[in-house]
Amino acid sequence: MEAIDIFSYFLLLGLLLAGARVVTTSNVIHAAVALVFTLTITAVIFLLLAAEFVGLVIVMVYIGAVIVLFLFGIMITRAPLGENAELDNDKNKTIALLISFSIFGIFSYILLNTFDRQINITEGTSTEILGQILLSRFVYPFEIVSFVLLAALIGGITIARKDNALVDEDQV
Amino acid sequence: MSFGTEILIKVGVVLAFALNGAVIFTLMDVKGSAWMQRRPGPLHVGLRGFIFPLAEVIKFIQKEDIIPTKVDKTVFKLAPAFILFSVFGLFVVVPISPTLVVADLNLGVFYLLAISTISTLGVLTAGWSSANKYSLMGGLRAAGQLIAYELPLILAVVGVVIQAETMSLVGIVEKQIEWGLPFVIAGQGVAFVIFMIAATAEMMRIPFDMPIGESELVSGFMTEYSGIRFLIFYIAEYINMFVMCAIAATLFLGGYHIPLLPVEWVNFYGPVSLLTKTLLLGFILVLVRWSFPRFREDQLQNIAWKILIPLSLLNILITSVMKVVF
Repeated sequence: MEAIDIFSYFLLLGLLLAGARVVTTSNVIHAAVALVFTLTITAVIFLLLAAEFVGLVIVMVYIGAVIVLFLFGIMITRAPLGENAELDNDKNKTIALLISFSIFGIFSYILLNTFDRQINITEGTSTEILGQILLSRFVYPFEIVSFVLLAALIGGITIARKDNALVDEDQV
Repeated sequence: MSFGTEILIKVGVVLAFALNGAVIFTLMDVKGSAWMQRRPGPLHVGLRGFIFPLAEVIKFIQKEDIIPTKVDKTVFKLAPAFILFSVFGLFVVVPISPTLVVADLNLGVFYLLAISTISTLGVLTAGWSSANKYSLMGGLRAAGQLIAYELPLILAVVGVVIQAETMSLVGIVEKQIEWGLPFVIAGQGVAFVIFMIAATAEMMRIPFDMPIGESELVSGFMTEYSGIRFLIFYIAEYINMFVMCAIAATLFLGGYHIPLLPVEWVNFYGPVSLLTKTLLLGFILVLVRWSFPRFREDQLQNIAWKILIPLSLLNILITSVMKVVF
C-alpha cells in the first residue's frame, strides 16, 4: 500500500462522515457547511485521479456558486439559529433508507461492471483537448445546453421582475 | 530533496510572502490615509508611524477572544478559516520568476478563480453565525456584491486567456515577453480596468465597502468577532489585496518581466519587478480608497450588471475576433 492509497482511504472516510452529516443534522446551515466539505473532498479525489479540470469545476461551480446561492437564499428568507424542528422527520426513514441504498447499489454495480473492478489512471485529459472536443464532436449538445440555460435565465428574470409595463401589455 | 521537505519549504515561503505582504500593504494603507487626511497616529507616533502594524497586531493578539453566547459556535469558528484558506490558496500559482513559483499549474487562471470564490462562503457563514442583525445584513450585502463582481472579474480574465492561448500564469507572462509589450497596452486595457474595479469590489474596500460600511453596519459580518479572529479577517483583507495586485500585475503588466531588459536575467530582476508592480497597483488602490465616497447598494449592483459585465463580454468578443483575424 502506497502513501497515496492511505491518503485516499482517509479522504473516502472523511467523505462518508461529511456526507452522513449533511443528511443527519437538523440545522440547515450546518448541512450546507457539511456539503461544502463533501464537495471539497470530492474535488480532491478528482485531483488525485488526474482530472484537474473536473476538480476545479466542482470547486468553482458547486462550492463557489451553488452553495453560496443556497446559503444566500436561506439567509435572505429565514435563517433560524440552532436546530430546526421541521427537519427532524422520522416518519419516512425506512423508505428513504431503502431508496438511498438501492441507488448506492445500482451505482456500485454499474461502476464495478463498467471499469472491470479496476481504474487505470492515465495522464489525464488536457483542457485543450476537452475544449476541442466540446466545440467539435459535442458542439450541438453544448449549444443546446447553453440555449436552455439562457432560456431559464430569461424566464427567471421575467418571473422575478413584476414589471407593471409587462402586465399592462398582457392585458391589452 | 524529498517530497515532504519541498512541501514544508513551499508552505513556509507562501506564509512569509503572504504575511509580509499584508504588513507592507497595511502600512501603505494607513500611511496613505494619514498623509491624505492628516491622521497623527500613523504619521508621527513611533518611528514616524512605521511600527504601526506591529502595534496593531500586538493589540489584537492580547485582546480577549470573545465568543458571544448565542452564536453558532462551530460555524462561527470555521468562518475565518474559509477566508484564510482562500487567500493563501491564491498564492500557489503566482510566479515571482520563471522558476520561483510554488506550482505552475496548467489551469492556473482557472484555479485562481475557483479558489477565490471560497472566501464568499466565509463571509456568508460569518454573517449568519454571529446571531446579530448587523452581521447578517453585512453578510448578505457582501454575498450579493461578491456574486455580482465575480462575473466581470472572470470575464475580464477570459480576454487575457484568449489572447495568451494558455491558462498557466507563467505561460501568460512568457506570451507577454514574446509580444514585447504587457497585455495592458497590447489589447487588454479595458480588461485591466474592469479587473481592477472588480477586484476592489471583491476586496470590499472603499468605494465598494457597503458590506462593512462602519457608519451603518458597525463592521458588517465582522461585528461580533474580536481578538485573534478579528485579526484574521483584517490580515486576510490585506493578503487578498496583495495577492490580487500581484495577479493583476502578472496578467496585465508583464509580471516578473520588464520590457527591454534581457530575458536571461529575469531570475535576478524578476522578484523586484513583480513586487514593484504589485506595490504600484496597491498604491492606486490606497489613493482610491481615501479619495472616493461609498457607492449606494443599487449603484453598486448597476455598475456590475449594467456596465462591467456587458463591457467585459464585448472585450471577449473583440479579443476573439482579433485572434481569428490576425
